Parts: sequence; C-alpha cells; structure tokens
Amino acid sequence: MSLEVMLNAAGLAFVVAGSRWHQADGQVVFLFILAMAASEVAVGLALVLQIYRRFKTLDVDALSAMRG
Amino acid sequence: MELTFYIAGAVAVLATVGMLTRLNLVHALLYLVVSLLGVAVVFFVLGAPFVAALEAIVYAGAIMVLFLFVVMMLNVGRLAAETEKQWLTPGIWTGPLILASILMIEVVYLARGGSAGLGAGELGPKEVGIALFGPYMIGVELASMLLLGGLVGAYHLGSRKAEKPEIQHDADTHERWADTSGDLVLAGTDRSARTP
Repeated sequence: MSLEVMLNAAGLAFVVAGSRWHQADGQVVFLFILAMAASEVAVGLALVLQIYRRFKTLDVDALSAMRG
Repeated sequence: MELTFYIAGAVAVLATVGMLTRLNLVHALLYLVVSLLGVAVVFFVLGAPFVAALEAIVYAGAIMVLFLFVVMMLNVGRLAAETEKQWLTPGIWTGPLILASILMIEVVYLARGGSAGLGAGELGPKEVGIALFGPYMIGVELASMLLLGGLVGAYHLGSRKAEKPEIQHDADTHERWADTSGDLVLAGTDRSARTP
C-alpha cells in the first residue's frame, strides 16, 4: 500500500509538470504508471496469498529459510 | 479555483498520513481510498479530467477492491465476523467520512462552476489519446505486454494446482495412442494396466 502511495506521488508529479507546460506527455506517463501499478498489485497479492497458504502466517520474519 | 486545489491537496495529504499511522489494515485502506480520491480531485483541478476519471475508477475502484478482497479472504475463519464487526465501529469511519465529504462538496462545486485548468489550461482526453497512440505507441505495446505478464503471473501464483505434480504425456505415443482408442497415454503408465 505504501508502494501505491509512492507510485501515486510520482504520477502526480508527472501530471503537474505536464499541466505546467501544457503537454499531454505527463498524462501519458501517468497512464503507464497506472498500468504498472495494476499488474504489480495483482502479482504481489497473489504472492501474499501463496505465502499465507503455505506458511499460515503473514509474518515476514517467518520466511527465513530457503530450500536450496 | 485555487482554493479547491489547496483543500483537495490537504485532504489527500491528511488521508495519507492517516493511512500510514493506522495499525489495522482495513482502516488504512479506508484512508487510502480517500487519499486517492483527493488526488483525483487535484488532477481535475489541474486540468486533467481524463486522468482524474482513471484515477477514481482504476485506483480507487479496482485496485482498492483487490486489496480489500485479499484482506477479507485471509480472514476466513471462525473469528472473521467478530473482527469485521470490530472494524466498523463508528469511531473508525468518521475520519475518512469527514475527508470524503469535503471532497464531495468540492466536486459538487466544481461541477456547478465548470472546469477550468489551474495550470496552463485544460488537456482533455483527445490530446492524451493523440499523444498516446502517436509517439508513445511502443510504450502502449510494452504496457500491454506487462499487463499480460502480470495476468499470467498472478494466475500461476494464485492457482492451487501449482503444488500438484505435472502430468506429462508420452513422447512416442503413436502406437499406444492407437490402441487406447484415442485416449492420451500418461507417461510412465503401462497400457496393460489401464485396459482390463
């Protein structure tokens, strides 16, 4: 969720810059950020679900062992 | 017009701070939705109505619902009803409600007064579309591939069947296919064991 806030801040900066110089590029870049955030959230939440299914917890400290 | 910009920005900042200081995930999500709506109003005031609409629809609508869905899904259990009842006590949603009603008043005011860009005028969806499918065409293609990759990855990670062993079909199935009358033959299985 904090990642969402950071991506949103970056997008806001792009849109403000695009509005200042009256260019559409800022909004275009914001659309790309939107697409990236959407796919990243989908993959991240799927990873969270998988972690919960395997370890029955969401504590990151529990994931301290690797198989290899 | 400038005043609405500052109010919406203040609402967004306050909601983000509220989100960062919550300990409960659902309370933080409430504040995050309000924050995203505030940023959408800021976009609208800045003269980017297309991006404002996308922010409200995609971020505050789709992505937040995805978050909420996962949070609710991880809470399936005997205590879920009680915890959900606990989440929605009146003291919790008054903060987001106040901020959201400020945004609502602003949106009504903007809708009555018409939209004028604060910066260097308004940039509608037409200009954005022309720029998007003109010089940024390859970016659109890359974004589509990224979304496809995200879709496939999320499906693969989210499916329960990932833990089962894979079913492999035999490499040289020509004869065996014929005498199992068209059924696919699993690798490692004997034909005589399958047919009675």
